Amino acid sequence: MSDSVIDTPTPADLSGGGMGEPGEAMAAARTRATEGPWRAGLRKLMRDRTAMGAVVVLILIILACVAAPWYAQHVSQSDPFQSNLDGQITIGKNTLDIMQADTGGLGLGVTPIGPTWRGQYFLGADDQGRDVMARMLYGGRNSLIISFASTVICLVLAALVGTVAGFLGGWVDTILARLLDVLWAFPIYLLAISLSIVLISKGLQIGPINIPSNSLLIPIAIIGVVYVPYVARPIRGQVLSLARSDFVLAARCLGVPSSRILFRDILPNVTTTIIVFAPLMMALNMLTESALSFLSIGVQPPSASWGTIIQDGEDLLYTQPMVAIAPGLAIIVTVLALNFLGDGVRDAFDPRAKLRVGKG
Amino acid sequence: MTLRRWLQSSAVALLAATGLSALALPSAADAADHTGGTLRLTSSSAAGTIDPQVNYTAQDWQIFYITNDGLVEFKKDEGPGSNDVVPDLATSIPKPQDGGKTYVFTLRKGIKFSTGAEVTPDDVVASFQRLFKVSNPNAGSWYNVIVGADACIKTPATCTLAGGVVADDKANTITFHLTQPDSEFFYKLATPFGSILPANTPPKDLGTTPAAATGPYMITSNDPQKAMILKRNPYFKEWSAAAQPAGYVDEIDYTFGTKPEDEITAIENGQQDWMFDTPPADRLPEMSRKFPKQIHINPLFAIFYAPMNVNIAPFNNKDARLAVNYAFNRRSAVDIYGGPRLAVPNCQILPPGFPGYKPYCPYTKNPGTKWSAPDMAKAKSLMAASGQAGQKVTVISDDQNTDPQISTYLVSVLNQLGFKATLKVISANIQFTYIQNTKNNVQISLSQWYQDYPAASDFINVLLGCGSFHPGSDASINISGFCDKTIDAAIQKNLVTAVTDPKAANAEWAKLDHELTDQAPWVTMFTPKQLDFVSKRLGNFSYSDQFKVIFSQVWVQ
Repeated sequence: MSDSVIDTPTPADLSGGGMGEPGEAMAAARTRATEGPWRAGLRKLMRDRTAMGAVVVLILIILACVAAPWYAQHVSQSDPFQSNLDGQITIGKNTLDIMQADTGGLGLGVTPIGPTWRGQYFLGADDQGRDVMARMLYGGRNSLIISFASTVICLVLAALVGTVAGFLGGWVDTILARLLDVLWAFPIYLLAISLSIVLISKGLQIGPINIPSNSLLIPIAIIGVVYVPYVARPIRGQVLSLARSDFVLAARCLGVPSSRILFRDILPNVTTTIIVFAPLMMALNMLTESALSFLSIGVQPPSASWGTIIQDGEDLLYTQPMVAIAPGLAIIVTVLALNFLGDGVRDAFDPRAKLRVGKG
Repeated sequence: MTLRRWLQSSAVALLAATGLSALALPSAADAADHTGGTLRLTSSSAAGTIDPQVNYTAQDWQIFYITNDGLVEFKKDEGPGSNDVVPDLATSIPKPQDGGKTYVFTLRKGIKFSTGAEVTPDDVVASFQRLFKVSNPNAGSWYNVIVGADACIKTPATCTLAGGVVADDKANTITFHLTQPDSEFFYKLATPFGSILPANTPPKDLGTTPAAATGPYMITSNDPQKAMILKRNPYFKEWSAAAQPAGYVDEIDYTFGTKPEDEITAIENGQQDWMFDTPPADRLPEMSRKFPKQIHINPLFAIFYAPMNVNIAPFNNKDARLAVNYAFNRRSAVDIYGGPRLAVPNCQILPPGFPGYKPYCPYTKNPGTKWSAPDMAKAKSLMAASGQAGQKVTVISDDQNTDPQISTYLVSVLNQLGFKATLKVISANIQFTYIQNTKNNVQISLSQWYQDYPAASDFINVLLGCGSFHPGSDASINISGFCDKTIDAAIQKNLVTAVTDPKAANAEWAKLDHELTDQAPWVTMFTPKQLDFVSKRLGNFSYSDQFKVIFSQVWVQ
C-alpha cells in the first residue's frame, strides 16, 4: 500500500523520538496508531509554525477585506468607487485639496494627495481622488474571491477529468489526456489573455444564462479552466497507479463493483493531492488574476482588484508610487502566506510527495 | 513682483514687441550657421500608410507638410498668420469666376519632384483623379463639389473628373469647375490631401512606400515598426518662403515604438529632440520644474467631448443629456488632463479663438459665457424629469493617454446621477471607428476633434450635420447621430453665405454653435493646449496653428 494515505507508525516513532519516558512514548504512539490520517495530518499541520503563521496572516487579510465597507464608511469616510477630484480633507488645522496642482516651475500637472498615515487617505489618493486604502480592501475582496472560486472550479474539474481518465482508461483516457495535452501546450497567460479578450468584449452566453462582460464570474471561469491540466495530469497519474495497485486488484477479485472501488479506495487517496494543491493553486490564481486585471482584461471597472489598483498606480509611479506599491505588497504577502500554508499542508497530508517546492 | 522679476518680464515684453519677427525669421548668416545635423523625433507608434492622399492623421500631416505641396498651402508662419492660405505650386491665389464656381490656377515653372521630373498640369489633374481612386477619406465630403466627382465616387477606378479639373499644358494652367461655390475650397486644397504627385503614381494606397516629394525633404525609408528617415530632396529649390521654406537640418530620423515615459527620459537625456505623444500627466511636475525652458505650450483648435447617442436610450431623452452636461465638472477633467495650464473648460461646439466662436456656457452654476462649477441640483432635477434613472450605460473609451481616466470620471458622474454606468476601454486602433458605427449601439463615448482647417463648418457641419451621419458605417463622424433638419438647412445655407460674406457667415456660425450646444448632443469638456517637450539643443522652435511644430524650421546645431 505504498500510495495509501494511512500513515503507519515507524519503529523510530514508537521508540519515542525524544518524547520522554518510554511509557509515555508508547501511549502517544498508541494514540497516533489509532487516530485517522486526517486527524494525524491536521495535528502535524498545527505543529508547523510557519504554516500556522501563514494562516494567521491570511485570516487577518480576510478579516480586513471583509471589513472594507465598515472601513470606507467609518474610517476613510469616502466612497472608493466614486471619483472625488474636487474634494478636500482637513489634517490638523490645514485643509488640503485631494488633487493638488503643482506650483513649481511652469505649474504643470495635478497630483493626488500622498499617504496621510491617518484614517482618511491613509495610503493617499489615486488619480480619481479615491482613497487607496479603502480601494485596497475592496480590491482584496475581489482578488480573494476570484482566486478562491477559480481554485474550487479548477480542482473540481481537474479531479473529475483526472479520475475519469485514469480509472476508465482506454479510449476515454486517450481522448481526455490528449485534450489536457492540447490545453497545456498553450502558454497559460496567452490562453488566459485570449479568452479574456473574447469574453470581456462580449460577455458569456450559456443557454439562457447571460454573464455580463463586467461580471467577476468571467475571470473566475477563465482562471479556473486554464489551470485544469496543471492539476488533472498528476491526479490522472496517481489514479492510474492506484488502479493497478494490489489493494484495488484484490477488491476487483472479490467482485467489488467499480463504483465502490472508485469512491471507497481511489478517491480518498486522491483527496490528499487535491488538498495539497488547493493553497498553491490559490496563490497561482491570485497572481494570474492580478496579471489579467493589470492588463485591463480581468476585473472590470468600477469593480477593483489588487491588479487593477496596480494598473491605476502605474500612471502615478513618479509622483505617488504608493498607489502601485501597496497592492503589490498585499499580493506578495498573501501569495507568500498561501505558499507557506501549501507547503505545510503538503508536509502534513502528503509527506511522501515526490513534487516538492522550495524546501530541500 | 520683485524689481528684478519686473525688469526681467519687461525685458521679455520689449523683446517680444520689437524683435519677435526677427527671431522668427533668422538672418541668412544665422541660417547658414544652423544648417545641418539630424533632427530626432520619436513616437510610440507609426501612423499607418504614408500616402499623403490617404493618411488622415495629425502625426503624419506634420511630415507631409514638409515633403509635399499643393497648389496652395497654409502659410508656414507662427500665430494667426499660419491660418492664411498662400500660393504654393501655383503662382497666385486665383480670383473666383462664374460666381465662385470656377478657379484657374497657373502652375509655377521649374519645380521638380524628388524623382527629377518637372511638375506639370497633367500631374495636377492626375492627382485629383487619384484622390477618388485611392478612396480618400474625405473624397465624398470635401471634393464632391468638383464637377465629375459624383461619377468618380460611384466608380473610382474609371475616375476622370471630366470637365471638373482641366489642364492646359500650353498656358501651364489648371482650371477647377465646381458644381456650387465652396468657401472652404482653398483650405481643402491646402491640406496634404491636395498634394500634387507624379501622374504615374500608382492609383492605390502606397502603404509604406514613400510618394515622390516636392518639398525640402523626402522620405527615403519607412518601417512602421522601427523608423522613418527623411533626407533633403536634391531637386528642391525654395520658390516661396511663405509656402515652403528650405529646411535647416540635413536629416530627420523618426523612431517608433518607444513608450511616452521613455520618450520623455530620452529627451531629458538629449537622445531625442521631440516627441509626438502627449507626455504622461505623472511626468509633468518633473518636466515643469527641471526643464521649463524645453517646454512650449501653444493653443490648439480642438475639443475633448463625450458624444451621446441621441437615437437610443437613455440619451434619446434631452433631459438626460442636459443632466449630464450640468453635472459634469469640467475643472476635474482639466485636472486629469494636466491642469489649467494645459486645458481650458469649454461647454460649446467651437473651441475658443476659432472663427465663429462666441463664448457661451449654459451648463454651469451661473450660466453665461464661462464655465464656473457644475450645477448638481439642476442636473438631478433634470434627471428626475427624464425618468432615465437606473438605466444601464456603457462608456466607451480608448486606452491612450489620459482618456481612460477622463472616462472613469465620466462613469462616476453618470452613477452619481442615477445611471448604472460601466466603463469599457478598447484599443485606440479601433475605438474611433467602433464608436461611429451605429451597429455597435454605443450610448456614450469619449472622443476628440482637432481642426482640419480654420473654418467653423469643420466642427459644426462635419460633426453635427445630417450629411455626416451614416448609420451602419464605420465612417459616420457625426457620432451622436444628431440630425435636426432645421439646423442642418441653416448650416447648408451658411456654407453658401461664407463664399461671399465670411463675416456674416461667422456670425451665423456663432448662432448655430449656441443652438447646437442647447440641444446637448455632447458633453463638451475642454479645449486642450499643445505641449511640446524638446531637447536642449533644439532651436528656433516654430509653431503653427496648422502644422504645430514646423520641422523644417527648427535647428539642432
